[in-house]
Amino acid sequence: MSATPRSVILFESVTAAFMAEKVLKAEGIAYKIIPVPRYLSSECGVCVRIDEADAARARAVLEGRVAVADILPLRHEGP
Amino acid sequence: MGEELVYLDNAASSWPKPEPVVRAVERMVREVGANPGRSGHRLSVEAARAITEARCAMAGLLGASNPLRVVFTKNATEALNMAIRGLLRPGDRVVVSSMEHNSVMRPLMAERGRGVEVEVVRCSPEGRLDPDDVKRALKRRTRLVIHVHASNVSGCVTPAAEIGRIAREHGAFYCVDAAQSAGCLPIDVERMNVDLLAFTGHKSLYGPQGTGGLYVAEGVDAHLQPLMAGGTGSLSEREEQPAFMPDRYESGTPNTPGIAGLLEGVTFVASLGVDTIRRHETSLAALLMDALSEIPGVRVVGPTDRESRVAIVSIVVAGMDPGEIAYRLDEDHGVLCRPGLHCAPSAHATLATFPAGTLRFSIGYFNTEEHIHRAVSALKSIVAKGG
Ligand SMILES: Cc1ncc(COP(=O)(O)O)c(C=O)c1O
Repeated sequence: MSATPRSVILFESVTAAFMAEKVLKAEGIAYKIIPVPRYLSSECGVCVRIDEADAARARAVLEGRVAVADILPLRHEGP
Repeated sequence: MGEELVYLDNAASSWPKPEPVVRAVERMVREVGANPGRSGHRLSVEAARAITEARCAMAGLLGASNPLRVVFTKNATEALNMAIRGLLRPGDRVVVSSMEHNSVMRPLMAERGRGVEVEVVRCSPEGRLDPDDVKRALKRRTRLVIHVHASNVSGCVTPAAEIGRIAREHGAFYCVDAAQSAGCLPIDVERMNVDLLAFTGHKSLYGPQGTGGLYVAEGVDAHLQPLMAGGTGSLSEREEQPAFMPDRYESGTPNTPGIAGLLEGVTFVASLGVDTIRRHETSLAALLMDALSEIPGVRVVGPTDRESRVAIVSIVVAGMDPGEIAYRLDEDHGVLCRPGLHCAPSAHATLATFPAGTLRFSIGYFNTEEHIHRAVSALKSIVAKGG
């Protein structure tokens, strides 16, 4: 398994997650919308996974546009 | 009959719909189907994406800089109920025009039964709401000013920006019923000082029935109690309704196929431009009004100048019942319009067309000059025969 370190962006609502998707897409940051991993607690059932290397830039481009609850490193779970 | 139908009932619901609207609804039902955002799998993600796109498109059309302020509902009626019943408390006072649809008047009457004072500002016999009359009504402390942006009976347009400013100056919330204006009149909620704006998807936004929404300005949600509570796909571990937008007002699985269709309807409107749509509809309305007023016994209701109107043309025909004429137009000529009171008895009282009502022709972007000519000649022949 290639273990590129990843981060997840957490939001309070589904709508915020998908608003963030639009911003990331426009900014050319690679992302994937995934269910929130079980070990994390989030207010909303989906979150956005990005490369950890993009985390600072993602935070910067979302600033003032979409409310982010948290950006956390993604731990590998299970097999 | 074989002849193409002439559909002039767009104020009741627009038809036909742009082809992408039809395809989007079908695709959402056939290929996507999933519950938006709740589950996190690819189909759920795709459904949520469509709703987010629709929210952004709708916000863009209304001049709302934050799409999260747009709440989806099943129609304007639901949105107006959310605004009226969520905001008013016993002892509050509300100022409303005499040109309102029952989707404003009935919830207000229900609130009156609970101790809300309702002051109705009388409009002119053309259906015009005078901002000075609103100002006078606001001498006493008022919680809410609410009125129709464009009348579904007379087509009369209300100077919303001016009334919004007056409401703001008097510390009242300002709510606009944009059921007949969103999509065919320019709207900018921020410049117009609008606190709450109700729209419906199936008229001038060219979306499917079962779609609509409420714009809620920043800060207003703190005063606006949600009418419903339930699942939102957020805060699942908690049993209290989320306080944030739009989840606070969007409980339960939404009408995803409808909203996907609405997205295409709004995209259609935005790509043509509201001004282009308005120009086309207004010129057909002018053609219709000119031709109708030449028919003996026909009186066109509402303002005569184009700029004060949307493309809704109501008439009365001396000595003839609107219902009978509408029936003949449909049966004998394939011309579809709407007779009666149009769910707005107080508007008809204002226009002196109560209780018989009017015969209403309402124009959409897909109407043509040919449709207008056919409607006029059909009406001429019915009036000549005297019913
Ligand atoms: C002025 C006005 N307000 C509200 C409504 C209600 O719209 P809906 O039936 O989509 O809830 C309508 C149309 O029926 C209308 O014309």
